[in-house]
Amino acid sequence: MSETTMKGIKSTTVEVRLPSRMGFEKVAMSTAASVAKLMGFREDRVEDLKTAVAEACINAIEHGNRLNENLSVGVVLSAGKDSLEVKVIDDGKGMKDQPHKPDIDKKMHGEEDPRGMGMFLIQALVDEAEWVAGSEGKSSYVRLVIRLDKEAA
Amino acid sequence: MQSETKSRVEQLTSPAGHPVSVLRFEGDIASTSKDAVLGSYQALPKATAKLILLDFTKVDYINSSGIALVIQLLIEASNSAQKVAAFGLSAHFTKVFTMVGITKYAGLFPTQAEALAGL
Repeated sequence: MSETTMKGIKSTTVEVRLPSRMGFEKVAMSTAASVAKLMGFREDRVEDLKTAVAEACINAIEHGNRLNENLSVGVVLSAGKDSLEVKVIDDGKGMKDQPHKPDIDKKMHGEEDPRGMGMFLIQALVDEAEWVAGSEGKSSYVRLVIRLDKEAA
Repeated sequence: MQSETKSRVEQLTSPAGHPVSVLRFEGDIASTSKDAVLGSYQALPKATAKLILLDFTKVDYINSSGIALVIQLLIEASNSAQKVAAFGLSAHFTKVFTMVGITKYAGLFPTQAEALAGL
């Protein structure tokens, strides 16, 4: 166990396991928000983190575990001195696509699916985001990092 | 787990004297909100409902599937020559809607009064 950086918190790691059922992403979202607030993140950054974590969990539930309720989604929050890392782990083969900026004109003209914005939002709202395919097609994860000292936009 | 999306329609008049249909949402806007978002919009008479406001004042959580429903609403509105604006989004979701480009097709306003004036 690494040394604490938060007053009154003995562990720097918090883990949550979610059922692969839509809606439970809000449990991870609330947990991430609580940790970020304890670390002293500004309210706007907490909101960024909430959306990024929710979208990562939705992808894990829907695409990684394919809504199979026998599988769970792991969420590991690791608080460092100046940053919070979140890993969202599922039993899928990993995301093949790279995040791309949605083209609203193409969506409005039926040339692009109105959906498919989750990865873009994740990447746009946190400081680091990487998608890692697990070995043998299991335990894939997305790793997010949000830094405490990010200047106001 | 997701809080049910409620929606209701209210008819107002803009400062310029035009009829405005206001769709007031409450709860989460997510993949389960299709009936509340698209259903309530599609129940409006397309021939007469030309100005539409989306009220997000009582919405706390919107995910990418919910944003996709809003885009689908905007597609249908565009095809029916209807003008859409939204108000009551938090600062965070105003940023998110702006990031995905929705502001190109729907004005975002802090309050209902500003949205009515901006239509």
